[in-house]
Amino acid sequence: MKLIIINYGAGNIKSIQFAFKRLGYDAILSNDPEEIKAADKVIFPGVGEASSAMVKLKESGLDQLIPNLKQPVLGICLGMQLMCLHTEEGDTEGLGIFQTKVKRFSNNVKVPQMGWNVIKDLKSNLFKGIKENEYMYLVHSYYAEHCNETIAATDYQINYASALRHENFYGTQFHPEKSGNEGAKILENFLDL
Amino acid sequence: MLTKRIIPCLDIKNGRTVKGVNFVDLRDAGDPVALAKQYAEQGADELVFLDITATLEARATTLEMVRHVAEQVNIPFTVGGGISTIAHVDALLKNGADKVSINSSAVKRPELVNELADKFGSQCVVVAIDAKKIEGEWLVHLAGGTIPTEIKLFDWAKEVEARGAGEILFTSMNHDGTKNGFANEALAKLSEELNIPIIASGGAGNVQHFVDTFNEGKSDAALAASVFHFGEIPIQELKKELRKHYIEVRL
Repeated sequence: MKLIIINYGAGNIKSIQFAFKRLGYDAILSNDPEEIKAADKVIFPGVGEASSAMVKLKESGLDQLIPNLKQPVLGICLGMQLMCLHTEEGDTEGLGIFQTKVKRFSNNVKVPQMGWNVIKDLKSNLFKGIKENEYMYLVHSYYAEHCNETIAATDYQINYASALRHENFYGTQFHPEKSGNEGAKILENFLDL
Repeated sequence: MLTKRIIPCLDIKNGRTVKGVNFVDLRDAGDPVALAKQYAEQGADELVFLDITATLEARATTLEMVRHVAEQVNIPFTVGGGISTIAHVDALLKNGADKVSINSSAVKRPELVNELADKFGSQCVVVAIDAKKIEGEWLVHLAGGTIPTEIKLFDWAKEVEARGAGEILFTSMNHDGTKNGFANEALAKLSEELNIPIIASGGAGNVQHFVDTFNEGKSDAALAASVFHFGEIPIQELKKELRKHYIEVRL
């Protein structure tokens, strides 16, 4: 299996690569459009600030490439948020794959949400073998609003979409690569899609 | 619901884990990678590695250790100790660290907090603050708590939040190594005055201390070393006890 982690200069992608290595897969870091198109599975990571991440995607033409990918694509954290229509972070237009918007938590809770929270209302093969209310690790200040593409929900200040799916595109707000053995199971499920 | 976090702290010197009692008397407690893996399996929510050598020569050894931890451990971890440049942070994150913790270098040059938050995002910038209560006033201390400053704890904490810190790791020098409980009054004040997560550090001696720092201290996470390293408080048992006290934890 050819597994690509899109490398557009965003965040800690080593930990995703190591997580797949622990599962026995060598993920390749790449920003080469041909290589990404030819992959069996694509990971779209992202840690950092949305508008500067979007600038980097546009510079490399990845903003055009990603929405047209046909194989399973998994956006993680900011990666998932950038796949939405719009995010309040830096008033940034997203890739428009998921038909929802990303908003900031209000200051009546601590921001960022940092730590382990549960995912529930699970609705996808991505969560095969994962029980309702399983703990996942999250670090984020912005959240995706629910839409009919929601496949997992989490409560923090409000109830929001902690995972989304549209056709071959999947996104998780949590970090499966940092969420212990259950997170690893989700990455394995993604490889089985 | 977001759970309260339990964070073992591993002090690292020359690639080995040590724990200072009041930061002076050091004891050896094993290989950091093996310990980290064990803690992840026991249910630790995160790990903190504090490089107390942090000399230029030791830096390469630390990077190698960070890489080994990232390869083998599937929970988040923070690295701190002697970090003062963007290049150093970049190297740590590229080797797989999730967050970095800065302390004295931020006091000496507060702009560093802004620079790191802008470049890498607030989520990976932890500002560690060592403070000691002297004549009723909490004052920030430098260099592992050995050098006093005139900076007031709460002013400094608010300043680093405004500069982009994603989290604060507060160690009370009055409590560290005593095993008499955390500095809950100061912790609660930090939680009330700031809107970022606060990690309590210094003073863990028994299970009740953790209950108290989450309830009275309003802490988001609690960090400890020796009570975990020497098996005095097994993490699973600690978490079960916390649940009995209606404190949300990951089990």
